[in-house]
Amino acid sequence: MPFGNTHNNFKLNYKVEEEFPDLSKHNNHMAKVLTKDIYAKLRDKQTPSGYTLDDVIQTGVDNPGHPFIMTVGCVAGDEESYEVFKDLLDPIISDRHGGYKPTDKHKTDLNFENLKGGDDLDPNYVLSSRVRTGRSIKGLTLPPHNSRGERRLIEKLSVEALTSLDGEFKGKYYPLKSMTDAEQEQLISDHFLFDKPVSPLLTCAGMARDWPDGRGIWHNDNKTFLVWVNEEDHLRVISMQQGGNMREVFKRFCTGLLKIEEIFKKHNHGFMWNEHLGYILTCPSNLGTGLRGGVHVKLPKLSTHAKFEEILTRLRLQKRGTGGVDTASVGGVFDISNADRLGSSEVEQVQLVVDGVKLMVEMEKKLEKGEAIDSMIPAQK
Amino acid sequence: MPFGNTHNKLKMSYSSEQEYPDLSKHNNHMAKVLTPEMYANLREKETPSGFTLDDLIQTGVDNPGHPFIMTVGCVAGDEETYEVFKELLDPVIEDRHGGYKPSDKHKTDLNPENLQGGDDLDPNYVLSSRVRTGRSIRGFCLPPHCSRGERRAIENLSIESLDVLDGDLKGKYYALKNMTDDEQQQLIDDHFLFDKPVSPLLLASGMARDWPDGRGIWHNDNKTFLVWVNEEDHLRVISMQKGGNMKEVFNRFCTGLTTIENLFKERGHEFMWNEHLGYVLTCPSNLGTGLRAGVHVKLPNLSKQDKFGDILKRLRLQKRGTGGVDTAAVGGVFDISNADRLGFSEVELVQMVVDGVNLLVDMEKRLEAGESIDDLMPEQK
Repeated sequence: MPFGNTHNNFKLNYKVEEEFPDLSKHNNHMAKVLTKDIYAKLRDKQTPSGYTLDDVIQTGVDNPGHPFIMTVGCVAGDEESYEVFKDLLDPIISDRHGGYKPTDKHKTDLNFENLKGGDDLDPNYVLSSRVRTGRSIKGLTLPPHNSRGERRLIEKLSVEALTSLDGEFKGKYYPLKSMTDAEQEQLISDHFLFDKPVSPLLTCAGMARDWPDGRGIWHNDNKTFLVWVNEEDHLRVISMQQGGNMREVFKRFCTGLLKIEEIFKKHNHGFMWNEHLGYILTCPSNLGTGLRGGVHVKLPKLSTHAKFEEILTRLRLQKRGTGGVDTASVGGVFDISNADRLGSSEVEQVQLVVDGVKLMVEMEKKLEKGEAIDSMIPAQK
Repeated sequence: MPFGNTHNKLKMSYSSEQEYPDLSKHNNHMAKVLTPEMYANLREKETPSGFTLDDLIQTGVDNPGHPFIMTVGCVAGDEETYEVFKELLDPVIEDRHGGYKPSDKHKTDLNPENLQGGDDLDPNYVLSSRVRTGRSIRGFCLPPHCSRGERRAIENLSIESLDVLDGDLKGKYYALKNMTDDEQQQLIDDHFLFDKPVSPLLLASGMARDWPDGRGIWHNDNKTFLVWVNEEDHLRVISMQKGGNMKEVFNRFCTGLTTIENLFKERGHEFMWNEHLGYVLTCPSNLGTGLRAGVHVKLPNLSKQDKFGDILKRLRLQKRGTGGVDTAAVGGVFDISNADRLGFSEVELVQMVVDGVNLLVDMEKRLEAGESIDDLMPEQK
C-alpha cells in the first residue's frame, strides 16, 4: 500500500468482535455472507484509492432489508473493490447471479444483428420498449466514493463525448445545477428527469454527496436516447420509444453505446470491463451486462392467473410496476424485463425479453377468448 | 463514511479549484466563511483520527440551507477538529456565537446555588420546565466519524457509570436495538424516545450510520432525568418535570451531571472541555455550555404582539413550537429557551430564562387584563 489509511488503521485498535456489525435483523446478500472471519481478514485492507471494507458494507448495515426483497447490501467504490474484497464479493455475486463462479467467464455481445425478430411485438399490448445499462470510466472512482474533482471530470469527459455525436444521436446536455424551470418541466414531462436519490439504500452508500454538482442528463433531439451522468453510476445509457419495436430500440442502444465507447477510448478512457465480471458497475447486481431490457405491456388477465409468477420465472423475466422498481402496476400494465445481468450476453438477455413477451401476449389473447393456456406454459429457460 | 487519508491524498491530484464545492446557492455559516483560499490551505490536513476538511463540510455542501434559517453547515469528528481546522471554525464560531473571539475564555458554572429564584414560575402559565446539554467523552471520535467499536465503547462506559447512580437518580438503560414493543410504547408516551435521525442535516454528516447499534436511552425511575446515548452527541443529558420549578430542574441537572462526570473520571475518562470553547460537542452551535434551558409556557396574547420577537431578542431568548426545533406553536403554547450557548455560564443562561419567562408571564397577565405592557419592555441583555 502506498499510503496509510488513518481512520481505518485507528479502528484496528478495536478487536474484530467490537467492530463487527450486528446483522441479526438483516436480510440482504451482504449479511448472509459476511462472517466474523471474513470481516477479520478484510478489515485492514484498502483499495489503492483508499476504499475499505466498512465503506463496502455501510449501506447493508444501515438497511437491514425487507423480509421479501433481497437487497445486495454492499457497493463498490472503484474497480479494484471487486478484487481486494473478493472474499466477500465473490460469494455475493454467486448468490445474486444464479451460482456464477469465480472462474466463470462473461460474454459481451452488443451486435444487434444477432437478435432474432423483436420488431413486431403487438403494439395493442406492448405500449413501450426500453433498454438501459450502465458504464464506468476506467481509472476513476465510483459514485459512493468519488470526490467532487473526480465527479466533475467524469461529467466533463462525458459531455465532450456526447456532444460529438451526430445523426440520430445529435443532442444536448442539461446539467442538473443550472437547469431552468422550463427545461426541468420538459424533462419531467418526457419522463427523463432523475431526482436526487431518496432511497436510503443509495444515500447510505454516499452516492448523493454534493448533489447536484456534476450531475446531468443528456438526450438526443429525437428523445429516444438518453444518458444520465453521475447518478448511481458514472453513466446510465437508455434507449426507449413508444410501441413494440424492441429491435429498433436495441439497435439504437448498441450503436449509441459503441460510438460513445469509441470516443472515450480515443481520449484514453476505456470503460471498466473484464472477462470475468463483464462491465463493472457500482452495485454488484448490475455486473455483466448491466442491462435491463423491458416493455410496458398490458396483461390484465394473465397477471391475475395463478401461474403468472411461475411463467415469469421460467422465462427468466421479472415484473415491476410502471413507476419502476418497487412500484405497483396500474391498470393491468406491467413493466416486464430480464431478470439476469451476469453470465449471459446483451443479445441473449434481450432475446429472452422479446421471446418471453411475445409468448405472454399470446397467452393474454387466449385468456381474453376464455381459452386455457396450460399447453403454452414454457419449460425453464 | 467517506474519506480516509488515502482518499484525501488521491484528491490532491486534482487542483483546489477542481475540488472546491459549489456554494453559490448556499446559505449556512460554513458557506459564508469557506473561501477557495481557505479550502486550499486546509484540504491536505487531517486530525490524528483521520477526519478531513471534506468530512467537516459535507453536511453543509449537501444542505444549502433555508433563506431564513442559518444552519451551521459543518460538524466536528473529534476534539482535534476544532484545532486542526481553526481557520474555518473560528470564524464560524464567531459568526454563530455573537462575535466570540479566538482569544475569549468561556466560564463553566454548574453550581445550582448560584441561581437566584426560579422555583416559582407561575404554573398556570408555565406547563413544564426542562434543561438539556451534551457531553463528549475525551479520547473518542464524535458521532459523524466514530466506528462501531468506538460507539459501543462509549455505550458501555455510559451504562457502567449510569448504573451506579442512586437516590433520585436511580434508573435503567434501554438499548434501542433490544427494546420491547411495550418499552418502546412507554418511552414514546413519556416523550423520551428518540428516533433515528431523518433530518438531512444529520444524515449527510454520517451520524446515523449503523443505527440503532450502540444507541439507547437511560432514565431514572422518577422519569425526571434522562440520558440519550450516541444520538447527535456521545451523551445528551436532560432534566425535566411538569410545572414551573426551574430551580429544582436545574438542581437535579447540575447534581446529576456532576455525579456522572465524577463517575467517568473514576473510570479514567473525562469530558471534552477547554477554557476557550467550554464543552466540546459535535455541532459548533452547541459549544460552551451546550445548554438549552426552556419552558413550555402559555402566551396566547403576548405572542400576537408585534413586539414579541423583539422582546425575546432583548431577553436573549428564542421561541420554538412545542414539538421542538422547527415546529409550530399549538394553542398559544410556546417553547421559550436561551438563545446563547458559548460565552455565558450555565447559571447565567438559566438565570436569563428564569428572569425572562417571569417577565413574559407578567406581560401576558397585563394583556389579559387589557393593560399596556410598554413600561415592562426590557433593555437588551
